[in-house]
Amino acid sequence: MHPAPSVILFSTLSGLGFGLLAFLGLGMPAPTGFSAFVWFTLAYLLAVGGLIASTFHLGHPERAMKAFKQWRSSWLSREGICAVVALIVMAIYGAGLVFADTRFTLLGYLGAVLSVGTVFTTAMIYTQIRTVPRWHNLTTPFMFLSLCIAGGALLSGRVSLAIPLLVIAAVAQIAHWVVGDKAFAKSGTTIATATGLGARGDVRAFEPPHTGTNYLLKEFVYVIGRKHATKLRIIALVLMAVVPLVALTLTQTDAVSGVVVHLFAAIAVISHLVGVFAARWLFFAQAEHVVGLYYGKR
Amino acid sequence: MTTLPTSTDKKLGLVIDLDTCVGCHACVISCKGWNTENYGAPLSDQDPYGAEPSGTFLNRVHSYEIQPEAAPAQLIHFPKSCLHCEDAPCVTVCPTGASYKRVEDGIVLVNEQDCIGCGLCAWACPYGAREMDATEKVMKKCTLCVDRIYNENLPEEDREPACVRTCPAGARHFGDFADPDSNVSKLTAERGGMDLMPEMGTKPVNKYLPPRLKDRDRSQDVDILAPLLDPVATESTGFLGWLDKALENMPGGKT
Ligand code: SF4
Ligand code: SF4
Ligand code: SF4
Repeated sequence: MHPAPSVILFSTLSGLGFGLLAFLGLGMPAPTGFSAFVWFTLAYLLAVGGLIASTFHLGHPERAMKAFKQWRSSWLSREGICAVVALIVMAIYGAGLVFADTRFTLLGYLGAVLSVGTVFTTAMIYTQIRTVPRWHNLTTPFMFLSLCIAGGALLSGRVSLAIPLLVIAAVAQIAHWVVGDKAFAKSGTTIATATGLGARGDVRAFEPPHTGTNYLLKEFVYVIGRKHATKLRIIALVLMAVVPLVALTLTQTDAVSGVVVHLFAAIAVISHLVGVFAARWLFFAQAEHVVGLYYGKR
Repeated sequence: MTTLPTSTDKKLGLVIDLDTCVGCHACVISCKGWNTENYGAPLSDQDPYGAEPSGTFLNRVHSYEIQPEAAPAQLIHFPKSCLHCEDAPCVTVCPTGASYKRVEDGIVLVNEQDCIGCGLCAWACPYGAREMDATEKVMKKCTLCVDRIYNENLPEEDREPACVRTCPAGARHFGDFADPDSNVSKLTAERGGMDLMPEMGTKPVNKYLPPRLKDRDRSQDVDILAPLLDPVATESTGFLGWLDKALENMPGGKT
């Protein structure tokens, strides 16, 4: 699948932003006044920034409001609704903390659930797509959710929580790769079933429909970068989990103190973000759509 | 609405005969022509006369080679347009309701005024039947020529899809699969019409007729006169032998 930068940016930033919102909603931390203002601004910049980036890949962003209608069947529609409701609920909760020094505890819990729920709906948009076997399995929502929660813990400074959560997220990411690598073969879809001609012999794509390229090939048969996939996976994993884990562990020891602690925490967050970004790029670039079979490609 | 109807009154669709299709691409051209001049946004082309032409098509013809275990290879031309699936995944994923399946005849359409161009429906279609138009930025797909089949301004014989009307080989047939006595239902039954990627669970309405088995393999047949025509000498002698050697010895003669 074509790795559209807007979509990758969206899922990386919003994932982290909603993760942070979830922890803020749970009261971890529960700042008030100006410090609350700073926390919420950060979370909203990430979550809303990501959402805005995601509209860049729409053909007609001016019609985006129409996308809230079909929640009965469409995960994309559900995502839109869930995101907006989560942001509204958390805005009220945040306003209470910033302006009234009051914590509406229940509202915060509700906002936390909705924030994580938004990331779940994002994950389901991909998981439901049967035509991309790499995505169409449980490891997809597991990976999205565990990364969102680990990122939230990391960004909100919950060091003791972030360490185990990052380990879980790394496991989920690896599971997504391991299961995903076998998924296409397991789906049973081949050029034989695609053409229905398999019973007669070996089927080979002889001539494509047109000499030029087309939307389908550009959007679904993206092969650039697959060669370096293993290297990129290692880099992504190191940045997303290993570096933050080392940095966080060091902040827990006597070796680092004072300003250095903050420096290490910043390194952990930035490294995590870049790592998730790389992994999300691979999430698309390595995803093979069955339509490629009609073109004799994967 | 993007929830699918539980059943449709009619099931209009196409039968595509892989035995008869000659791969002339006439249906590709007539489809592009009709659908550029009629329903919805025109089908644009990018760089049509340049080095890298591309464009939107609702119907494309692939060609495949089948290599049976002990028979000569066979070439199959393979037209592909929307299969108007009963369980159309492209419809349910649409967030706006722009994509829908009609209750009255089962045709899957896009309401272009509502389409936000998110492309998700094209992701969900296993068959590559939907293409985002690069100029109009809306999703285009086969309409089953909904603006022909019911069009009373057209002469009766033209009230069928442009691709069906055009096909010089009669490889495309249009009809109602809900009616067991229709031409398409009968053809499907007689010729073992099949679904593409049945494992995807889309329940396509369009059916493909497999190519008929070829007559017996003649490639190894031996003519009774053949032994008399065997080449007599493999090494040339005499004048020809001399000429062969002389030519070989000329500069550039030896390879
Ligand atoms: S062929 Fe593709 S576009 Fe047409 S109904 Fe089926 S899934 Fe939808
Ligand atoms: S591209 Fe248009 S028709 Fe397709 S899912 Fe998006 S809004 Fe619906
Ligand atoms: S039915 Fe009409 S729109 Fe569909 S492939 Fe044929 S000509 Fe094109």
